[in-house]
Order: sequence, then C-alpha cells, then structure tokens
Amino acid sequence: MSAPSIPSGDIPDVSCPFCGLVCDDLVVTATGSQLTVRTNGCGLAVTSFGKGSPATVSPRIAGRQVELAAAVAEAARLLRDARQPLIAGLATDVAGARAAAELADRCGGVLDHMNASAAMRNILVLQDTGWITTTYSEVRNRADLLVAVGTDIISRFPRFFERCIANRETLFGSDRACEVIFVGRRLPDGSSIPGVTPRVIDCDVSRLHEAFGVMRALLAGRKLAATGAAGAPLATWRQLLERMQAARYGVAAWAAPDLDFPHAELTVQALCELIKDLGKQSRFSGLPLGGSDGDLTADAVHLWQTGFGSRTSYGSGQPDHDPYHYSTSRLLERGADVLVWISSFNEARVPPATTIPVVVLGRAGMSFEREPAVYIPVGTPGLDHAGHLFRGDRVVALPLRQLRPSSLPSAAEAIAAIQTAL
Amino acid sequence: MLLKLTGGRIYDPAHGLDGVVRDLFVQDGRMVDAPEPDQRIDQEHDVTGRVVMAGAIDMHTHIGGGKLNIARAMLPEDHRADPVGSTRLTRASAGHCAPGTLATGYRYAEMGYTACFEPAILPINARQAHLEMGDIPIVDKGGYAMLGSDDFLLRLMAAGEDQRRINDYVAWTLNATRCIGIKVVNPGGISAFKFNQRRLDLDEKHPYYGVTPREILKVLSRAVYELGVPFPLHVHSSNLGLPGNFESTLGTIRASEGLPIHLTHIQFHSYGTEGDRKFSSAAARIAEAINATPNATCDVGQVLFGQTVTASGDNMSQQRNAGFAHPGKYVIMDIECDAGCGVVPFKYRDQNFVNALQWAIGLELFLLVDDPWRIFLTTDHPNGAPFTCYPHLIRLLMDRTFRNERLGLIHPDAQAMTTVGSINREYTLYEIAILTRAAPAKLLGVPSIGHLGSGAIADITVYRDHPDRERMFTAPELVFKDGEVVVRDGKVTKVRWGRYHTVQPAYDAAIEQRLTDHFARYHTVRADHLRISDDEMRAFGHGAEVLTHPCRTPAR
Repeated sequence: MSAPSIPSGDIPDVSCPFCGLVCDDLVVTATGSQLTVRTNGCGLAVTSFGKGSPATVSPRIAGRQVELAAAVAEAARLLRDARQPLIAGLATDVAGARAAAELADRCGGVLDHMNASAAMRNILVLQDTGWITTTYSEVRNRADLLVAVGTDIISRFPRFFERCIANRETLFGSDRACEVIFVGRRLPDGSSIPGVTPRVIDCDVSRLHEAFGVMRALLAGRKLAATGAAGAPLATWRQLLERMQAARYGVAAWAAPDLDFPHAELTVQALCELIKDLGKQSRFSGLPLGGSDGDLTADAVHLWQTGFGSRTSYGSGQPDHDPYHYSTSRLLERGADVLVWISSFNEARVPPATTIPVVVLGRAGMSFEREPAVYIPVGTPGLDHAGHLFRGDRVVALPLRQLRPSSLPSAAEAIAAIQTAL
Repeated sequence: MLLKLTGGRIYDPAHGLDGVVRDLFVQDGRMVDAPEPDQRIDQEHDVTGRVVMAGAIDMHTHIGGGKLNIARAMLPEDHRADPVGSTRLTRASAGHCAPGTLATGYRYAEMGYTACFEPAILPINARQAHLEMGDIPIVDKGGYAMLGSDDFLLRLMAAGEDQRRINDYVAWTLNATRCIGIKVVNPGGISAFKFNQRRLDLDEKHPYYGVTPREILKVLSRAVYELGVPFPLHVHSSNLGLPGNFESTLGTIRASEGLPIHLTHIQFHSYGTEGDRKFSSAAARIAEAINATPNATCDVGQVLFGQTVTASGDNMSQQRNAGFAHPGKYVIMDIECDAGCGVVPFKYRDQNFVNALQWAIGLELFLLVDDPWRIFLTTDHPNGAPFTCYPHLIRLLMDRTFRNERLGLIHPDAQAMTTVGSINREYTLYEIAILTRAAPAKLLGVPSIGHLGSGAIADITVYRDHPDRERMFTAPELVFKDGEVVVRDGKVTKVRWGRYHTVQPAYDAAIEQRLTDHFARYHTVRADHLRISDDEMRAFGHGAEVLTHPCRTPAR
C-alpha cells in the first residue's frame, strides 16, 4: 500500500469511477474519511462518494473477524484445493484486472465480469462483423443528431446529455443544436435535456431488429411488402432513415444492459450494419455506451494480455474463450468449485447465490444474505487508493486519485497477497 | 558480475565491425571494454563461430494502444489458431497477427529483438498504449505521438499562430504522453474524414480549417527539428493504398524542404497507374527520390502472403479498404477530436495481382534504395504481415535464388510488372545489422542501444550461422537483455521487464493554460489528465526504468 500525498479540502478535477462516463471534473471536499461532492456531481456520484468508510472493516472467515493475513491464507487454501476456480465480478481498476488475470493463469481459473452478459451483446458483434463508432468529445462537438436506441441513457449515465448534447459551444460555433430521438424508450419523468425537445418513437424494443432490417432495405432501394416493423408503421422508419441520412454527423447510442432480451446481439448487429450502410455516403457512427463497474477496464486488460476478454478459461494452460460455457451463471450451475468475487465500486453488487465456497474481495460495508467463506474488504479505486479506469468509449483511461486515508488493501494488493500464499 | 562472450564474429556497424572475431565483455548489464587480464570473469559463454549482433530494434510495429486492442477483440479465430501455453516461466497468451502483449514480448525476444517502438500513439489514448506496452515482457519500448488531425493543432494553424506556439504544443505533447517521437498520419485527412471528405491530396485545403497536408507536414517537421528532438517527423503520407499515390509521396519528400523526414511503410505509398489494371510499381521512382534526398529515411512495410489485420490511424483510408476485409468485418472510429482509427482484417494472396505486386514493390524498394542506413526492415506489423515473418523477409533480402523462386510463384501478371527478378543485390549480414540495429538506434537518437560498444545496454543476440537465413534468424542460440540470458535456442528462459525510452523537450509553459482552457471548453477530459507521470509509467512497466534521452540544443 503506497501512501501518496492525500489532498485535503476542496479537491478539483476528481475522476468519478461510478459509471462509464468517468467524469473527471468533479470537485470533492475531503474531511478526514468523509467525502462530499461539491461540484459536477450527479446523484449517483453524490451518493457513492458520500458513503463513509465503515468503522469495522475487518476481513472475515465464515463470519468471524480475522486478520488480513488469515483471510488471505484461507482464500489461498480454497484456491489450492479447487479444480475449477471462477474469478468473477471483476469490478476493479487496471491494477486489479491485471492481478486477476495473473491469478487466473496461475490457478487455471475462468475470468468473467459481472456485466459480461450485457457486454457480450456488443462483443459478439465486434467479433462477427465490426462497427463504426465515435467517442464522447466527438459527439459533444460534431453530432447534430442523436438517436437513443432502446435506452434513456440518463438512468445509467446521468451526465451524458449535459456533457455531450446540451452544450451550445463547440469547436465550430456557439449555437449548436443537436436533435435527439428516443427509440422505444423516453426520458424518465422529471428528466429533461436543457434546450432540447426530444422526439420519441414508440415501438417494441425487443423487435427493433425488424426496424433496422426495414431501414437497410429501404436504403438499398428494395421493395418492401411489410407495412410496419417493431410495432410502428413503415412511414415512421422511413422518416427516421431520411433524418439519419440527412445528418451531418449522426450518432446512434445504445446501452447493452437495456437491450435485455434473448439474442439482443442480433439487434445490435442489425443497427451496426445499418450504420455501416449509411457510412458509405455520409458520416454516421454508433456509440455503444458501457464502462460501468470497470467492465471495459477488465475487458481491455485481459484482451491486451492474452487476446481474450471475459469468459475465458485458463484451465488448460492456454486461453480458451467461450461466451456461452464460461459464463458465471452457467459455471455456478455446473463446474466451478470456488468463486472469487471482486466488487470494489458498489457494495450492492454482491456475489450471485451459490452453494460453492465464495471468496469476496468487496467494497467495505457489503452485507450478504449468505456469509461468504472469506470476505476481504477492499478499497474503492479513486477514493481509497489511486488507480486507472477505462471510460465507456474504450479510448480514455483516466487516472483515479486517492482522496482519503485508508487502511484497506486494493483489490490488486489482496489478489497479489493470495497469489503469494498459494 | 563480469560476463565474457568468447570468440564470436561481431557484426556491429556502429563501430564498423563486419564479422571481426572479438571477445565481448559485459559488466552489470552494460557493455564494457576488455578488462585487465587478472580480473575474474564470473560467467563465460563460448560463442566461437557464432554471428553476434546487438539486440534487434523494430522501429515501427503496432504493439500497443486502442486500435490493436480492437483488433484483438475482433479476431478470436486468430487467437484460437495460435495459442501460447503457460509454462513455469511464461503466462498463457495467444494470437498470430494481433497477439496479446505477453505473446508479443516472448516472440520478439525469441527472434533476438530487444526493443520495439509503437508508431501511432494518440495523445488521448497514450495511457492505454503505455499500459499495454508495460505488459510486453522482456523488450524495451517507446512510442511516437500522433498529431496532424487534432483540432487543437489545426486551429493553431488556421489562426496563423507563430511556429513557436506549435513547437510548444508539440513539446508539451511529447512530455505529456511520454513518447520519443512525433508521427503524422494522412496529415489533416483523419480530421477531413469527420467532415465526410473521403480523400485529401497534398495541396488540397482541409474542408473546414483551410490548411493543406503540405502545410501540416511543414509545421510539424519544423517543430520536431527546432525542438531538437533527434527522431525526425515520422510520416504516413496521404493517399495510402491508392493507385498513383507515388505522386503525393514524391511531393511529401519535397515538402520536407531539407529538414529530416522519415517516410513510413513506403511500400503502401509507391503505387503507379500503368498497365491494363491501372496498378503498377513506382518503387524505382520512389527509391530514386530517397537516394537523392539525404535528409529522408524510410521503412518499407513489406507485404508477405497470408492472413493478417490492418490497423491504422488513417480511418479515411481504412473506410476505403473496408470492402476488402477478410474475414468480412471491420471497425472505423473517430476519436476525441484527436484522431481516429480503422481496423480491417486482410488476407494477402500470392495469386491476387494487386497483393502480388505489393509484395514485389516492397522488395524493389529494399533492393533499389542504396543506403542501408536510410531504409528500415519493417512489415508495419501487423499491416503488411505479422512481425514473426521477419526471418522470412531477411532470407528474401539475403538470398537471390530463394527470392526468385518465390517470385516464380506469384500471379504471372505481377511477375511481368516487377523488376525484382532482374535485381542481383543480396543483403549481407553487415547490412542486415545496419537495418535492424545500428540505423534505427541512430535515427531514434538512443545512443545506448543498437551497438556493442562500451557503455551500450548489453542487449546481444547470438546466432548460429546457417545458410538458410530464415532458419538462422528464427531461433537465435542466445539472447541477452541487459546482460542477462533471456532466450536460449529460440525459447524464453527468463522473463524480465524492459524499459521505456522517451524524450522531454523544453517548452514555454504558457501553452498549458491554453490547453487547459481548450480542453475544459470543448472536450470531455481535462487536459491535465492526458499527462502521464513517471510514477505511472514505472507502475505500468512493472517497475521498468523510464529513460529520457537528450534533445539536441534547440535550433530556434
């Protein structure tokens, strides 16, 4: 645990690790271990920074308070005896993701992130056909049309519209206006976008692939027998297509967790193929929103080290990636005999119910329905220790600072200790 | 710890040693002069009859950063077909054309390479690039920061700002991103593509900012020169891959106006429009221009046949190439008012006329550029071929009989359109040592690598001499990194972590306030968060040293 100088008072330019936007303009006041967001905090940030360090932060073995070394030794013992360890959750920073990968290699484990079921809806598309995408600052400066597909965006990414859409000033002028169209969702009651009156297309989100197919056919000049798609009339989709074609710099955003129906990857793919078709003539990009709970961080680190992200087994000594067989839910049904659950941002993200022994490296203050075999409270990156987190557009890795004194180990330190004890 | 390598044939062009039999001495990771006769040798390696060179340097290889990770994400089939198993020493990894960083480091070391330079680091993505490179074991690394389509520079230029402000910005970028050089990719073109422009010629005005690629080249090459950065501006020219692009390449060489300029993967920029298919080799014209321009250097970006993936900052060109994707998938991305990227998997086929001629054009360039100090051995990994093909490429250069056999296998119309078969030149071991050691170190301005003289970092590769040069260069007998044996008989025997090489030219700090304001107004990241600290670099690199090399006295 290195001890860099901890700032006090009003701390500017703080990076927030609690959603995939990773806003880096917060002002946070530190009074001892109490953190208060002063400026630029959304509701999620205010709540998440505001949780104090619980007084009791002892590690536990089967509910009994123990020293860290004893908890580490017990976790190592469980892993030594395991035939198929599952290292999941993976809500951590770059250092934690690096440590988890090394541990998986060492003990022949499977790596899987807690958000992988949703993330796979994008990853499968990337593996199969690819996409055209853009990033937050490009949207902020260039987008004149945003189509929000099956998501209200704001529930998951509270400052998205403030930071990327509602700004009047851009690199190219001071009177920017970006049209916003919600498809299949609308803003929650009480929410609004300053200066923007969004349009809403009511439709069945789980059938959106029909709409994108229809729009691709229209774009290709094909004759259509269909009179509607995804529960909306054909004219709706024709108009949307025309608006998308007319955009100077159009963007279609989606959030994979909101496309929660079977084979949603095919819906994402249909949208991405439509965007590619549009891209032959004009500029139109996708914006796959993600990055919360460190999901893109773990994915990035594991990809660059071994060529594979979540749902990869190191049991055979070689990476073996299988999006179906190596999911946490499937392995807990059959196969895994120890679960290591890493969850350092949100104490509500506890391990899924299981009967196998569980080692939790979790944010301090977690409460469990069923006490895990080992619980090691770990620091939150960007509050209790420094670290790095990838933003949702997969490009920017932001530095996180330590904002308060903490005796908690980072997930990376806890994992390294377990590995040393193996 | 004093180490002796006894009886090797030394190929060390930095010191003019061409196969001279000489003992080498290493003390504490550095080359030293022969010690006093009574000094105790702690470890001796008998390398009698072996070919001994400094560790090889790849000065242009895409090994880290966002576009490579996109390529990795896109290609599970590539990784499945080429896994690297974990051993007592090494970890599991995978990938043929877009390998994981672990596989990358092991394989480079196993080929006798000890330093690799990533040529396309977007400043906004620099932290990721260094994180990735930090996870490449064994070899040293460094990178070139990409400028030339970033809105900040284009605004400075459009406003007619003084060259000195541009120099400050370039210097700030090098400092913030911990890079060793500056690269420009399709100058202005990546930005023009965001305005839906699909091609930007050398003297064509940018659709919004009104500046031309030639003007961008001039201010950036001047900035690099005036800041005293040793490594010349690294130029990926306009119109990559287009028939007839040799004209803009010649124009780019002239645009340097006597300042140092490096033209990268020049094979992709040496195309004419002759013949029935309106696609021909202009390699002779380009080689002639390079030969006549002493301030110009180039690397080739050789194409070799097989499956690979092309990953480039030049998304304007990659959008054009997307229809050739094999397998049929691609990614195009605009990035943060900074640059962009495009990833297109590609299979080069010897029976495809264009691919076959690309292969021949690369070889023509190697064989027609006279001065081995001004041409570098690259495949633009992975764009022309994966770096693991280097031994094959070396054999093509060193063995005319082998080369002509291979020539006989390519598309017959391409055979008829190339002069490769009539060129007798064969590279010597000494010349290979120039291309892959002495010359890149000299160009990079890193005095401690690429040679075996006293004071050099003791990165040494020992080969068994074998007439089959591919076999010889595939699996060196010994590789030393910092004086320690890391590879024996082409297999890793020790894993350690290499250092980063950087430069940090001085600048007027007034530019920082302008950047702070600019980023706060227009971007979604604070300017200060682009800056990577030395502490971060060491943590990224598993405790690796960050070596900052001196700049020349600024010329301004």
